[in-house]
Amino acid sequence: MNFLSIFVIIPLVMLLALWLVKGQNGIRAVMTVGSTALLGMSIYLTVQFLLDRAAGADAEMLYTASFVWFEPLHIYYSVGVDGISVAMLLLSGIIVFTGTFVSWDMCKEYFLWFTLLSLGVFGFFISIDMFAMFMFYEVALIPMYLLIGVWGTGKKEYSAMKLTLMLMGGSAFLMCGIFGIFFGAGGQTMNITEIAHQINGAHAIDLGQQYIWFPMTFIGFGVLGALFPFHTWSPDGHASAPTAVSMLHAGVLMKLGGYGCFRIAMYLMPQAANDLAWIFLILTGISVVYGAFSACVQTDMKYINAYSSVSHCGLVLFALLMLNQTAATGAVIQMLSHGLMTALFFALIGMIYGRTHTRDIRELNGLMRIMPFLAVCYVIAGLGNLGLPGLSGFVAEMTIFVGSFQHADTFHRFLTILACSSIVTTAVYILRMVGKILFGTCTDEHHLQLTDAKPIERFPVIVLICCIAAIGLAPFFVSNLVTGGVTPIVQHILAVAG
Amino acid sequence: MQSNFITMDFQYTLLILLLPFLSFLVLGICGKWLSHKVAGLIGTFTLGAVAVMSYYTAFVYFTADRLADGTFATFVPYNFEWLPFYIGNLHFDMGIMLDPITVMMLIVISTVSLMVHIYSFGYMHGERGFQRYYAFLSLFTMSMLGLVVATNIFQMYMFWELVGVCSYLLIGFYYTTAPAVSASKKAFIVTRFADLGFLVGILVFGYYTGSFSFDFTESATYAVGALHGVAPDCAKAVAAGGFILPTALFLMFLGGAGKSAMFPLHIWLPDAMEGPTPVSALIHAATMVVAGVFQVARMFPLWIQYAPETLHYVAWIGAFTAFYAAAVACAQSDIKRVLAFSTISQIAFMMVALGVCIPGHEATIDNHGSLGYMASMYHLFTHAMFKATLFLCAGCIIHAVHSNEMSAMGGMRKYMPVTNWTFLIATLAISGIPPFSGFFSKDEILAASFNYSPIMGWIMTGIAAMTAFYMFRVYFGIFWGTENKEYHEELRHHGHFGEAPLVMTAPLVFLTLFTVFMGWTLPGGFGAYVSATGTEYTIHLDPQIAITSVVIALVSIGLATYIYKGSSQPVAERMKATFPNLHQWAYHRFYIDEVYQFVTHRIIFAYISRPIAWFDRHIVDGTLNGLADGAHYIGEKIRPLQSGRVQQYAYVFFLGIVILFFILLI
Repeated sequence: MNFLSIFVIIPLVMLLALWLVKGQNGIRAVMTVGSTALLGMSIYLTVQFLLDRAAGADAEMLYTASFVWFEPLHIYYSVGVDGISVAMLLLSGIIVFTGTFVSWDMCKEYFLWFTLLSLGVFGFFISIDMFAMFMFYEVALIPMYLLIGVWGTGKKEYSAMKLTLMLMGGSAFLMCGIFGIFFGAGGQTMNITEIAHQINGAHAIDLGQQYIWFPMTFIGFGVLGALFPFHTWSPDGHASAPTAVSMLHAGVLMKLGGYGCFRIAMYLMPQAANDLAWIFLILTGISVVYGAFSACVQTDMKYINAYSSVSHCGLVLFALLMLNQTAATGAVIQMLSHGLMTALFFALIGMIYGRTHTRDIRELNGLMRIMPFLAVCYVIAGLGNLGLPGLSGFVAEMTIFVGSFQHADTFHRFLTILACSSIVTTAVYILRMVGKILFGTCTDEHHLQLTDAKPIERFPVIVLICCIAAIGLAPFFVSNLVTGGVTPIVQHILAVAG
Repeated sequence: MQSNFITMDFQYTLLILLLPFLSFLVLGICGKWLSHKVAGLIGTFTLGAVAVMSYYTAFVYFTADRLADGTFATFVPYNFEWLPFYIGNLHFDMGIMLDPITVMMLIVISTVSLMVHIYSFGYMHGERGFQRYYAFLSLFTMSMLGLVVATNIFQMYMFWELVGVCSYLLIGFYYTTAPAVSASKKAFIVTRFADLGFLVGILVFGYYTGSFSFDFTESATYAVGALHGVAPDCAKAVAAGGFILPTALFLMFLGGAGKSAMFPLHIWLPDAMEGPTPVSALIHAATMVVAGVFQVARMFPLWIQYAPETLHYVAWIGAFTAFYAAAVACAQSDIKRVLAFSTISQIAFMMVALGVCIPGHEATIDNHGSLGYMASMYHLFTHAMFKATLFLCAGCIIHAVHSNEMSAMGGMRKYMPVTNWTFLIATLAISGIPPFSGFFSKDEILAASFNYSPIMGWIMTGIAAMTAFYMFRVYFGIFWGTENKEYHEELRHHGHFGEAPLVMTAPLVFLTLFTVFMGWTLPGGFGAYVSATGTEYTIHLDPQIAITSVVIALVSIGLATYIYKGSSQPVAERMKATFPNLHQWAYHRFYIDEVYQFVTHRIIFAYISRPIAWFDRHIVDGTLNGLADGAHYIGEKIRPLQSGRVQQYAYVFFLGIVILFFILLI
């Protein structure tokens, strides 16, 4: 058994254990042990991966293994990781780990779905078979419906339905795209590396077909990556979701979109990616600017963060479409950084909401004096979001901007400047929110009685802040890890597309 | 071999950055478990160590032998790749680079910062958030030092952003008061907007020249193991288009204009005075606000070689800002605001000095062509010292009377003798009266301006006269003039009225020593250390300009004395009454803030953000909801078909057969 499969087996064992145990303490024990094991495994994988790379293992994918799943359609359960997937697995490990502590008081059914969602996420990142990836993708989406619909707040049924329908719509496109690629490449293999390198019976996909399947796949994944104009599930969905689900969703699930766009749509259809990039660059450029401006006038903290996610995830796709190594590396760092920061943000918003029972920034003020720990962390999260040097956002944004600006085409450079302008708008909405809710004097007497975070709440917050600061202070590790995964893909695209 | 030895010697400079950072971490994380005293001592002793190291660095650096071409060697004791960009020579390095202006800035920053640390013991005594205050001070000092020792533009940009954030945090130190919150927000957003220019400038510059390094001539001495910087390939950029480098440099200058509060990006600085006064002294008078000047000076070899024509813009933007700020300063009643506008005006002097330093303008006066650069750096140095003194004095006064308004003061000389004398000396220095340091540096700026064009020279002389006038106006307003006796009596009743404690006055005296002696005791003059070419530059006062400027300054001082010294000010009242509009306009800073307010709230928020948010909710989302509703509607309409009534099915069935029959027949 390949050791990557552990990432799927641990959640499976957790599911079984959750089903068997009784009482809140049992659930907590299972979740703590399980998520710690997942985090531990992802850290171990990162270290092992770096060591093996340093020792000269230069295959594109390491630790590959393949098992037949459904022979007639050439569907295999194939796993393997490169720098990008390792980074994403680490991100997922951290978010699931912290998410567990954030949802400390939830019931058994919630954790069952939560674990199933994690299973899907981990499975997605270790797979290199298109169909297996798609399956895990679906596994990750469905629990979201129940998690929001049952444990959410506000208009939760509406949001859950909207989110699921839109993402399912994306899946429909995606499935067409995947089968298009499969048959376009000869119908012999679903393995991504095999299709890309045209081995094991795969041949190059016809340009005409690429023009059809590329947009389908890209939009299919793009819906999850909050591509304009398919992003509207994000504000409603995030606003209604329970805290840890928002964390997992914005922190990890939205990364599935960017990851899929890069790994499947762009990698397998390089010519189309090169030729059609401009369309999606415009759309993602709009996402970046538009999300930021929308966030400026929102009044619900979760809406602000959701629109901010639209803007930041737009930057991920934007950078990927620039088709160069630096920008793509920046995009993956941005996925990591945004995942951690937005998870931190949602965790804090959830904790504040749990106390004040409102997320309307007009009704909150002066929280700094009342809950200093949460407020300080909130300021750190905010500053990280607007690109404070020393935290991860700065590193990601600078890599993206430098990389994107290296594009020889004036149009691309112009768009880069446009995207850069979001750093100002980000500052506007973050400072507006921070200024309104944390500073000033508290006028609501109910809020004066509130207490600061409990130790069990402080723990995940501190973990997330440490991760963000670690990337921000020593970015070369992450950058090197990621770029090793990005290089073959970008080179492949450039070589094929000329 | 010898230079290598010296470089090894500079390895300790890493501590100059690390110590304040550690102090920040300790105070920031463990602050709430530390007593005020311990927290303050940690911060102050760290800074003391930094100051000692900075002075030692300056001593070693400036006493070392010059290179064969007469310049001081540039040392890079540290430089490593912090963030790779995988494109040629473009990488984000972190390092330490020592050259004359860096070493000079080390002195400025560590001196003022140390004085502010000591002073704050008294000023912030017993304040809530004392530990947080010292933590931010440490972080700020680290960032500012990181900015000046940067080995490349990106490192500078990074620390540039960090000082911006520190400034935000410190302006908003009293976060429970609304003005502090909005001032901090304004400062951050305005400078962020300017930084966008800086960032785009860096991107353009990096794209065309292929390097971010400050080692423009590749002549720096690198320590063993330090990553070598590669000079930007400016020839390539020029080949790609003659406008590229000027554009890139000007965009970077925009960032500098934001930090250094050049018109029209100055609006944040007066509001920044909402922060604690020692912070104003450190950040918004002596160090951070000169970052823009420092940036232009850092890039100066490129400016002068590739974009001399663009320097004209720098000069005229500076001149206009200097004038505008001086005019506004004449009408303010809040002493910190007067000082804020005087800071804007003085920094603009430095910008002008850099802008007028253009080759081809050296014919009229013999000054070896690079007077402006030296003058600018000189003024930066002297200004930092006397402006810090002025702000710290203002802090003492505000501490005593609990108000920023001149109406609460008057006649303070009797109660605060030390503050009075130090304030007076600093005021004389800023007015350009010999033998105080400001005279020497300002005189050089005026000489450089005359050198550029007589019009510029007279404009700057005029503004120097205005400086003397408004500074003495505020001096007399505080220490002489109409005393608010009732209020002072009341304050004395509460027992907190009088001279500030020693911990606050000692820094004043120390900084004043710089002001008194800097100008004429520095061996070889300032030009021996810092000059545009790096070679030794002998300052010689041009008697014509010196005498003119001193006479004009004295006349303004006389005028200010006549108007404001007396215990009643009939002339001032009459002036106010004669030109009510002018006074109102100047008092309201010519309504520039209102224009900004209008643009941001009425145009950007109302006409961009709100429509976008509306569009998102109603059009984009509306379309999707419409699709969902459409599906629902169609479903409802189709539903009767599946009614389950056999008669209906039979009816449809036979109708279908009849229709089919007819179709087949035809």
